[in-house]
Amino acid sequence: MSTEPLRQEPVPQRVSEARLLELRRQAETRGRVEGAGVHPPGAPFPKASPDSGYYGIPLLKQPQWKWEVPLYFFVGGAAGSAAVIGAMANWVGRDPELRRNARLVAAAGGMISTGLLVADLGRPSRFLNMLRVFKKRSAMSVGAWTLAAFSSFSGATAFAELLNEHFDFSPVRVLGHISEAFSAGLGLPFHNYTGVLIGATAIPVWNRNIATLPIHFGMSGLNSAVAILELMGHNNTALNLLGIGASTFEAYEGLHLEQRGEAALEPLKHGVSGWITRLGGVLSGPAPLSLRLAAQVIGSRNLRRAACWAAIAGSLLTRYGWMQAGKASARDWRLPLETADAPELQAESERLQTPEPKTV
Amino acid sequence: MSANIPDFSLPGSGARTTAFLTDSTLCIGCKACEVACKEWNGVAEDGLNWSGFSYDNTGAVGASTWRHVKFVEGEPQPGFGGAAGEVSSWNFSSDVCKHCEQAGCLEACPTGSIVRTEFGGVYVQPDVCNGCSYCVVSCPFGVIQKNDSDGRAFKCTFCYDRQKVGLQPACAKACPTESIKFGEISELRLAAQERVKELHSRGVHDAQVYDPVDTSVEGTHAFFLIRGDPRTYNLPPQPEVPTIYLKAGWRAAALGSAALLAGSLVAFLASPKGARSRQFRSRGHRQ
Repeated sequence: MSTEPLRQEPVPQRVSEARLLELRRQAETRGRVEGAGVHPPGAPFPKASPDSGYYGIPLLKQPQWKWEVPLYFFVGGAAGSAAVIGAMANWVGRDPELRRNARLVAAAGGMISTGLLVADLGRPSRFLNMLRVFKKRSAMSVGAWTLAAFSSFSGATAFAELLNEHFDFSPVRVLGHISEAFSAGLGLPFHNYTGVLIGATAIPVWNRNIATLPIHFGMSGLNSAVAILELMGHNNTALNLLGIGASTFEAYEGLHLEQRGEAALEPLKHGVSGWITRLGGVLSGPAPLSLRLAAQVIGSRNLRRAACWAAIAGSLLTRYGWMQAGKASARDWRLPLETADAPELQAESERLQTPEPKTV
Repeated sequence: MSANIPDFSLPGSGARTTAFLTDSTLCIGCKACEVACKEWNGVAEDGLNWSGFSYDNTGAVGASTWRHVKFVEGEPQPGFGGAAGEVSSWNFSSDVCKHCEQAGCLEACPTGSIVRTEFGGVYVQPDVCNGCSYCVVSCPFGVIQKNDSDGRAFKCTFCYDRQKVGLQPACAKACPTESIKFGEISELRLAAQERVKELHSRGVHDAQVYDPVDTSVEGTHAFFLIRGDPRTYNLPPQPEVPTIYLKAGWRAAALGSAALLAGSLVAFLASPKGARSRQFRSRGHRQ
């Protein structure tokens, strides 16, 4: 009985290791390995280097908001604008019917907004924790307080309106007017604070647009508020003028975004988020603007109605587009590692870098 | 190195401002810090997934990873002895929440759940957090994350419970090479500079400290001694606390609100007064 010799563990050969490195280098640079019959999928492989970051793993975390939040942006924008329109219709326009519907839209929007915001929380039962502190340096805190106050006052205003329909009681009417003043005053920040909310974050595509996002979101909200009220049967000149104004700004904003070629704005132009944002932009700006102007010329009620539906769809898509763009922006590892706006920092890091060896 | 081990003789008496110094030149990639952190804090596992493109299968810090060892695989480096000229070089660096001086998550938190502790760290009170996830988009380092199954946001606690009773954080305690140092912040900043000097004198010229004191973050309570460019380690060269955007944002919001107010005023002034905008329908409304 002969004893079988113990199997030796193969010692890594310098030659084969060098060959392996060569194969990997080929795969990384060319995406395929010549002569070995190997076609690795996914090549060129990510590396850890100053130019490719840490294996291209995103630094930032994606926004974890779900479908409720963009819908909240839409509803809140419309509700806040409706409160202002209602107050103006009451005090300036002397239009009780428009006042009534605007008050109802604002109140319904306030309630739906609250529901959506609570539903999006990881712990909805703790919604009231938002109201245990007020932090002016947190747009979310300012927004939560604005929402709470706005939905209370807009609700009270609408309640007074409905109560007045049945009992014409002057104290209720006076309280309704006072409440309406608060509701409209709070509607002003409420209709566009969401632009500050997402703009003052670490997400590049959002914070690079901080100077226009609040106006953009506000005008989008105004556009949809006007559209909702017009679809409820109001066809007065004031609403049409506001609709023309809002869609003109939205058209300008769309052009402005398209003209800027910054890398950070790519999610607004490419991929799924780009398509949603662009479609939303066309439906919010040029489409309702031209439809409204055409309706004005030929006096068509249907064209104006179409403009309203376009504005509502556009406003909704715009919010979803920006949310998707934020997610895409967070997935882009390049943006937070940019040094372009800090040349002295770049020089510093270049100085500290050792020259890379040329040979394997 | 023993001078860097903190001596908290009286439990809780400290309230010294503390920090981590994570030295990548000493890290061997053993992941003991990750394990110790999970063990002490009862953090759930992340799933056993292969990244498929590097030896790092964890990827990044997150809701269920409060310490994370980065595996930076580099070119061979001749001149460092042994087979260094022929095989890949490695830099390991244990990543963690930076506990910024100006912390984006803390500023953003609308519930006041995120607070600064007496030790200078940033701590999420789990009994207050309501999972609004605004901190997630406010962290310039992508650290804090909402645990979807739990509903609340989580990150490194800086072992607040251990520091309270005079112990050092679990990761620092478990680190077998003293790559993770824990101690008083000014002492550690000094130790970091001395270590860089020492490494430079030994020919490691690319050693540097990552501690963004010149940015709006104003420095951190977890700084890193790294080799080469911070971007290789996914450390942003120019991290900014998002509150710097607030001024421009609220200015734009005020402008937008003024436009809405003025616009609607003009629109209603321009349209005929007193006219009912809507045809009353037969089911009618009382005026």
